[in-house]
Amino acid sequence: MSQSKDLYEAILNGDAKKAHAATEAALAAGTAPMDLIQNSMVPAMDEVGQLFEAEEYFVPELLLAGRAMKSTMELIKPLLSASGQKMKLRVVIGTVKGDLHDIGKNIVASMLEGGGFEVIDLGTDVSPESFVAAVKDRDPQVVCMSALLTVTMPAMKLTIDALTTAGVRTQVKVLVGGAPVTQQYAREIGADGYSENANGAVGLVRKLLVETQ
Amino acid sequence: MITSERTIRNYSKLAIPSADLLLYGICPHPLKCGLGLTIGGGAVFPEVNFTLPPMNMTDETWPEVVAHYEQMAEQILRRAASLAVPGIVLEFELLPPMTERPEWGAELTALLKQHLNAYHDKFHLAAALRVTPTDIRDQVKPPLMRTGPPWERLKRSLELCAEAGADILSIESIGGKEVHDQALMFGDFRGIVFALGVLAPRDMSWLWGEIGDICGRHPGVVAGGDSACGFANTAMQLAHQKMLPEVLAAVVRSMSAVRSLAAFEQGALGPSKDCAYEGPVLKAITGYPISMEGKSASCAHFSPLGNIAAAMCDLWSNESVQNVRLLSGNAPEVFTELLAYDCRLMNSAAASAGGALQMRSWMVSSDEWLSPQAAVLSPEATLKIATAIVGADSPYPRTLAAGRAAVEILKDGVARGKLHLSRKEQQWLTRIDEALDALPKDEAALMRDLESHYGSLYDKASYGL
Repeated sequence: MSQSKDLYEAILNGDAKKAHAATEAALAAGTAPMDLIQNSMVPAMDEVGQLFEAEEYFVPELLLAGRAMKSTMELIKPLLSASGQKMKLRVVIGTVKGDLHDIGKNIVASMLEGGGFEVIDLGTDVSPESFVAAVKDRDPQVVCMSALLTVTMPAMKLTIDALTTAGVRTQVKVLVGGAPVTQQYAREIGADGYSENANGAVGLVRKLLVETQ
Repeated sequence: MITSERTIRNYSKLAIPSADLLLYGICPHPLKCGLGLTIGGGAVFPEVNFTLPPMNMTDETWPEVVAHYEQMAEQILRRAASLAVPGIVLEFELLPPMTERPEWGAELTALLKQHLNAYHDKFHLAAALRVTPTDIRDQVKPPLMRTGPPWERLKRSLELCAEAGADILSIESIGGKEVHDQALMFGDFRGIVFALGVLAPRDMSWLWGEIGDICGRHPGVVAGGDSACGFANTAMQLAHQKMLPEVLAAVVRSMSAVRSLAAFEQGALGPSKDCAYEGPVLKAITGYPISMEGKSASCAHFSPLGNIAAAMCDLWSNESVQNVRLLSGNAPEVFTELLAYDCRLMNSAAASAGGALQMRSWMVSSDEWLSPQAAVLSPEATLKIATAIVGADSPYPRTLAAGRAAVEILKDGVARGKLHLSRKEQQWLTRIDEALDALPKDEAALMRDLESHYGSLYDKASYGL
């Protein structure tokens, strides 16, 4: 229990080394990997998210917490795979074709990861075909797309069309975001959701998945 | 006719040594350019920037793209002529596909210049065309800055735009951003300083040497200036969204002046880019004119610097606005009118004895202590930062000196009860102060320290390392 609390505190403080050590100690003491995720890591990241929302944390604190969580996942993931368990919720994320601006996308990816999702980050300038391939190969529940330029926004619609043509559109929820993107635009192109900020994106992913279930 | 001379300058003293001389509309080295325009010669002129509404850019839609630019140019210039604007700069910021295909950017450059020529001939409107290709060199990871197809296309874009009628060439260069982005997001001050003080100035020096050479081959085309947009404006926007501390954004802004100065060291003549809020520091050091943006650029982005940004400007810009319909006309012509009245008021004030200083004082006092980012932009703060920069002899120590000066300005503002910081902001200011003290004295040591963390993010040869 004390190791679990140490892990919680280490993630909250963004201390990757301490988080790693606390995870090793907890696993050595016989704590189940999934218990660590559910009882320490996700609650810690939930609190980080709340502190961020309350403007007590800035993005650096948020990302350092995410990094601490990631370092513990490196220890836990192989154990989950070996026991046949896997992270249930997967999100594919990327900036659309022609767009290289990835700061917002990176923040959303990190917050999703912190929120307990497995994030498959396709990077920047991602073609519709690459999004389709990732959906087919990785079986995510959600696809997130970001664009910062007015001239790259249309690539969001092209990607949604490509998902439809490939017959995989109904398998995933599609979320869009980025400075010039609006709720109305999201509706017009057939996206399932839009968020104007990173924190909202995480909440929206959760909401959409709950609705699906 | 002005041509850019490839003179390597090393600034060791200020061109404008007194805050009272750091005024809008005037500078020690005014720039004559374009169609009878003198920038920094006693008046502020609008610099209008405009862009497309959301649309695809393909071979099929290209005629529609051209039609948008045709319409924007005509409407902007018609509104300017209606308001008897004495001089104007149009800024054409190429969108990425227009730089990827240099002929597209050149075609629009020629089109815009044709409109400026027509209004100059008909209405004697003094005018210049600033053309800013997109820095597209970050297409591979790590980015290749000095070689490879993206650089070749960017270089060709600069060449073709110069041939097609650009009067001023600019760029918002991105050297060092690949490290800065990550360091900024993680609040790693050492990484931020490495990006701003080591990588970015190296790229700026090389790139602006190239731009200077291009301008040298095209008489009449001026090497304008750069902007730390990808660095300091990113920080400013994230601070606005409460994602980063404002004090960090303020210190990043101050330090970014060192990398933007490199354009002038390589022969740029101004005006620096509108979104370079570090411009006043550049003006104080170099004496060349600057473009700025503030309240009338709220169409493009938020800033806590709406009035103070105008205090020392020579061009006054709207940053960028889409060609969408508003009640009184399309947005670019509407913003032309806003800028025209802003400039008319500033110039009118300057026409009376002591008027410019009084007007500047109001613009400064309106914003100065409401945001750390405004606090480092007053004429007095500008001179402190500029003095700190020229007091050191190379980019890395200059960047540290600018950072220290900014921290001292903020601490002093807090101590005097002028600047109010939240507990979190105050904690970050202390953290930045301590981080500055802990940085190694030479850049080689910093580079060694950070190699394992950032070494894979940048291509050493791209920075001459």
